[in-house]
Amino acid sequence: MELLKINNLKTYFEISAGTVKAVDGVSFSLNYGESLGLVGESGCGKTTTALSINRLLPQEGKILGGEILLEGRDISKLKESEIKKLRWNEISMIFQGAMNALNPVMKIGDQIAEAIVLHKKVSYKEAIKRSKELFELVELEPERITNYPHEFSGGMKQRAMIAMALACDPKLIIGDEPTTALDVMVQAQILNLLDKLRKELNMGIIIITHDLSILGETCDKIAVMYAGKIAEFGTVEDIYNNNMHPYTNKLLSSFPNIHKEKIIPEPIEGVPPDLINPPSGCRFHPRCPYAQDICAKEEPMMTKVSEGHEYACHFGGVFNEKE
Amino acid sequence: MKKNENIVDVKGLKVQFDIKQSFLQEIFTKKRKIVKAVDGVDLKINKGEIVSLVGESGSGKTTLGKAILDLVPVTEGEILFKGKKIDFSNKKEVKKFRHKAQMIFQDPYQSLDPKSLVIDAVAEPLEINNLVKTAEERKEKVIKALEDSGLAPGENFLYRFPYELSGGQRQRAAIAGSLILNPDFIVADEPVSMLDVSVRTGILKLLLGLKESRDLAFLFITHDLSLAWLISDKIAIMYLGKIVEIGESDEIIKKSLHPYTQALLSIMPIPEVHKNRNRKVLEGEIPNPSEIPKGCRFNTRCVHAFDKCKEVEPKLIEIKDGHFVACHLFEEEYNGI
Repeated sequence: MELLKINNLKTYFEISAGTVKAVDGVSFSLNYGESLGLVGESGCGKTTTALSINRLLPQEGKILGGEILLEGRDISKLKESEIKKLRWNEISMIFQGAMNALNPVMKIGDQIAEAIVLHKKVSYKEAIKRSKELFELVELEPERITNYPHEFSGGMKQRAMIAMALACDPKLIIGDEPTTALDVMVQAQILNLLDKLRKELNMGIIIITHDLSILGETCDKIAVMYAGKIAEFGTVEDIYNNNMHPYTNKLLSSFPNIHKEKIIPEPIEGVPPDLINPPSGCRFHPRCPYAQDICAKEEPMMTKVSEGHEYACHFGGVFNEKE
Repeated sequence: MKKNENIVDVKGLKVQFDIKQSFLQEIFTKKRKIVKAVDGVDLKINKGEIVSLVGESGSGKTTLGKAILDLVPVTEGEILFKGKKIDFSNKKEVKKFRHKAQMIFQDPYQSLDPKSLVIDAVAEPLEINNLVKTAEERKEKVIKALEDSGLAPGENFLYRFPYELSGGQRQRAAIAGSLILNPDFIVADEPVSMLDVSVRTGILKLLLGLKESRDLAFLFITHDLSLAWLISDKIAIMYLGKIVEIGESDEIIKKSLHPYTQALLSIMPIPEVHKNRNRKVLEGEIPNPSEIPKGCRFNTRCVHAFDKCKEVEPKLIEIKDGHFVACHLFEEEYNGI
């Protein structure tokens, strides 16, 4: 069943230099109990997409078009007071610097309880009880809710942040680079935990990351973003083994694979474009080794490969035809 | 040029830090609290060789890299540079050594002074060492260093500020600064971990090119085993201040022996569909280096740990040509042969 559907979302930032088209016509959907990876380089609009969903955009950012349907209801035009009710209860977020998002002079249990009391009509005592349950859920010792953040390691703090995100039984969790600041081993632990929780609680999860290689373990679907648009969307299998967009292909081959030949991958030349004046036609064409005249003139539409696998390129799969 | 010519030879290196304690603790506790960041490391790096140092945060890999360059004081042990022991109390000698041994830092956003032009930042080592006389010579040398680092044509970058450069270009400018004195050895501390993947490979290619063209030796510090495999000749796995396994890079990746290396390998993210991979996710986190476990320092997280592991610290022994491992599991086997 469909939990979240985003149609043609446009989020622009008005700054003195002009209008930054950070998210420019993004569409995708997510079912209950499903996890989606949103990948791309820095500045491709992946975080802006997430912030648009629960409306945590900075002042300059405005949703100018499209719809965000949460269980069929468009939440993109809700008033601030209404969206407030959705945060934590329906959608919660785990931030990148989550470990530093905890208040250092307040006990961790109290911080979680505070969030619960604010969003649910329960007493403080009940909220503390709930915090203990949550600690167990994220595999922390319940007695440790009386600890201060400095008594926790990085991984434990991230677990506590996940506990907090789960506090009000949300249907959707958005993790913005939830493991980037963590060590590889702790990263594996946290990704395992998120995977387990998603299955147990039947939540939808969106994981935003620049690291395409971590998604193989945890995600069902992947959306590859480039310069404010979705370049390719599909299941993990589609993206890893049957990708059609040159950007996906290039990005993927940038990660060394110890099961394959040892070759240093070719870098993607150039830098991501300026989103105030994005390139005409296909936004990837200035960096694309396969670009032809049409790429600079006409914007490619989404082409369907199979159910749920789409890409935006005039010459999809061109890299397979080399030999 | 002779291959296998030794550039850096680290012997029994230890780096310890005192933990600051409160006044009362200082009076009432007799024992000083010490963090053993590097706890007895031997490491050889040859000319034209890239040795990767891999480990989690807190394993002491950065401290080891800095200690080799005398950026943190060494508590015990010695460092030989081209066969000669460096006397770190002799300022002149250290200065000469620093000529030949340089460092590249992780974050090019912090390692370049935001207020100084690229030309000034790159030329700084020349000035400190009084190596240039005229402005022309200085400019020429900077242009050469920039172009060697892949910023061509160098003239275009001379009068730019760091904020006018992209992340990859900044890191290249920082590399130019470390190349300008023609070093023989470079410690590169996570040089690509702050960069986007698409830029990363360009920097790796640059380092490999420098290794080939100048016969430079590198100590490449990283937490990413797949990167280590990609660019290095040898990989050393570090855990809590000690090297637990070291060998040729393919050997370590394909035939690793130490349970810690195997765990690291099993959780290494690989862009492949693998829903049912046999992952050995270790419980808990790396222990506090002020309280190193007794016996084998990995025993608290090791799935194979037996009684001996809790009592006796394993030594680094050679199992195969150039493949060393510190684990009791292989000691037994080794003794048996």
